[in-house]
Amino acid sequence: MLSRTAENLYWLARYVERAEYLARTIDATLRVTALPAAYIGKTNEWDSALLTAGVAASFYQAYEEANEHNVVEYLSFSQNNPSSIRNCIEAARLNSRSVRTALTSEMWDTINSAWIELQAVWSKGTSTREDLAKFLRFVQETSLRFDGSAYRTMLRNDAYWFSRMGVHLERADNTARILDVKYHVLLPEEEHVGGPLDFYQWSSILRSVSALTAYHWVYRETLKPWLIADLLILNDTLPRSLASCYGNLVRNLDQIGVAYGRQGPAQRHARGIRNRLEHSNMNDIFQHGVHEFIQEFITDNSRLGEIITKQYLI
Amino acid sequence: MAVAFDEMNVAGGDLRPAYRELARWLKETPPEALEYRRQEAELLFRRIGITFAVYGDSESTERLIPFDVIPRIMSGKEWALLEKGLKQRVRALNMFLRDIYHGRDILRAEIVPGDLIFQNPVFRPEMNGQQVPHDVYVHIAGIDIVRVDAEDFIVLEDNARTPSGVSYMLENREIMMRLFPDLFARHKVAPVERYPDELLAALRSVAPLSASSEPTVALLTPGVYNSAYYEHSFLADKLGIELVEGRDLIVKNNEVFMRTTEGLKRVDVIYRRVDDDFLDPLTFRPDSVLGVPGLMSAYAAGNITLANAVGTGIADDKAIYSYMPDIVKFYLGEEPILKNVPTWRCREPKDLAYVLDNLSELVVKEVHGSGGYGMLIGPAATKATIEAFRDKLKREPEGFIAQPTLALSTCPTCTASGLAPRHVDLRPFVLTGSKSTTIVPGGLTRVALKEGSLVVNSSQGGGTKDTWILDE
Repeated sequence: MLSRTAENLYWLARYVERAEYLARTIDATLRVTALPAAYIGKTNEWDSALLTAGVAASFYQAYEEANEHNVVEYLSFSQNNPSSIRNCIEAARLNSRSVRTALTSEMWDTINSAWIELQAVWSKGTSTREDLAKFLRFVQETSLRFDGSAYRTMLRNDAYWFSRMGVHLERADNTARILDVKYHVLLPEEEHVGGPLDFYQWSSILRSVSALTAYHWVYRETLKPWLIADLLILNDTLPRSLASCYGNLVRNLDQIGVAYGRQGPAQRHARGIRNRLEHSNMNDIFQHGVHEFIQEFITDNSRLGEIITKQYLI
Repeated sequence: MAVAFDEMNVAGGDLRPAYRELARWLKETPPEALEYRRQEAELLFRRIGITFAVYGDSESTERLIPFDVIPRIMSGKEWALLEKGLKQRVRALNMFLRDIYHGRDILRAEIVPGDLIFQNPVFRPEMNGQQVPHDVYVHIAGIDIVRVDAEDFIVLEDNARTPSGVSYMLENREIMMRLFPDLFARHKVAPVERYPDELLAALRSVAPLSASSEPTVALLTPGVYNSAYYEHSFLADKLGIELVEGRDLIVKNNEVFMRTTEGLKRVDVIYRRVDDDFLDPLTFRPDSVLGVPGLMSAYAAGNITLANAVGTGIADDKAIYSYMPDIVKFYLGEEPILKNVPTWRCREPKDLAYVLDNLSELVVKEVHGSGGYGMLIGPAATKATIEAFRDKLKREPEGFIAQPTLALSTCPTCTASGLAPRHVDLRPFVLTGSKSTTIVPGGLTRVALKEGSLVVNSSQGGGTKDTWILDE
């Protein structure tokens, strides 16, 4: 297939995934900030929402204060924020248009209808909490529908694999970022460990990656920081864990390698990361430092993105 | 202006036979039902994303072309005549182009004046002596046809460069079949859905000699911001070929390749929807980023077929148009089946004098204009506009032609106040491959939605209709 087509499919999937993640982050932050101050401590949740989205620096160039109004505006609707939900949806639609021939009609319809629907939101904004909640839900549903359409209607060939790689690479990045920002609340040596404050912080993390219920099913325990880290980093049964993302990335890259009759640096690099995840356990990671581990992962993950681009997309 | 010929109702009130069943159906169908389906059609167009862009219109970059749900109907007999005439015309166009870029018999015979060719900006000296596979220059032609009575078909314009609109022909039919299955059950409508197959067959048949037995065809688009982008992606999809942009292609050793995830892959035939000027920055406009550097040398080396060929503009130029009847006679020795609109060539002093005297009754067109821009419709224009045009004409007479204002035929059309006659034209698409010329029965009917308006261009308030050829 055309390199440009592969590139568009890959980025299309990334934009949709990112839009969903942002919607989840805002949703989780709204929940936690609605709690009485005694339950959430003095941390500015809106500030950490910006950090997990990786846009804090550009935000503070435009705004003074990270409060609900400003952050929701910046993450959802701002045209100046290249990764706002709005810009993700716009970019996804533009990418879809340029690779329409590689999309199934169901996928196109999902993106195009959402884009049409959201024009009204862009022009009117969301004046009430209820509107906002509806909007956030709509974005998440669009992503689910897009994913489902891809899964159910695409031919299992390189177009599908490149698209899936976009999803998993973006997802791994998002999960890693939220862990990175919140790693300090997972550290067991914090003085207030186990208090109500931690509980809501932890459940907020799980909520942003839609893993709160999953946690209870997997561990059948109250929320414990190292188990949360274990779930999000090492447990490959959770679709948003780093291990699961890398299981999928390795599989998709292998399928491409087989189809093209050739392996390359992308396959090797992805396998390297997966092996490291497979051979780690939470004890080692805490010993070594959660922050350092995650930082390393984020660098490795974006390096994989660069390698894939060089090997296939240009 | 005379009363226009209505394709449904003969003056005096008689129904023309092709419309009999439709008239009966319209009587049984309440207006609300029609309105409901009209809205449904619009929703479908929007969801499928059948949009076009209007340049210089900042408010909405994507617009729908209004679709009128009342079909335009022609009998099989009428179509047979039109088809014969179209094939004749396109054969002559191809022979003319071959001659202009090789022997130039027609210039020596003084049928067409040489300066009209050589001083024409769309004439491409690069094509002199260049062999094109099977001597086909115009693989895809869109010939704009109008009617003024029940007997004749008149060519308004030949489009031999990158004619567009065929996606509307196909999508209009899809949507009509979805919305009006009952109406189709009551008619025998000749299908149009073979068009993509026939197009692909025609494109593959003209692959260069150096191509493999399974030639690779690609569609070259200027990109998502082009007004006809939807059509490009639609056709690439239907043909099952790659939709490429200039940056996807690269020329090496005079061969053309596309960049794929598995490395470079050779391309043999390019169905290009990029104008000559932008094809190759090394040969034409150096500032073009839409083209492919080196494409013309690969073309000269015979390693790539471009469809349509480079330089076809010289055949559909409005100045050449007036010579078409003579061109048909010269190459084919036949009387032209399709008529031409009588045309005054403003470059000729006698014609210019007549035109200047009769501006308020004539349509004056720029020789190199398209899309209905830069033209004067005398009967509809204000005095001031006419005077401004007069100055333009005097300054640069060779840039214009003039034609009588035709009373284009009308068809019943949905309007705010119910069904009413509106003026229409027709663009059938003529495909020429190495062995044969084919036309799917039908074409794109464009309709001027404003009462009395004669401008059918989508950029200026025109709409489209499904065109039915009855298979009696």
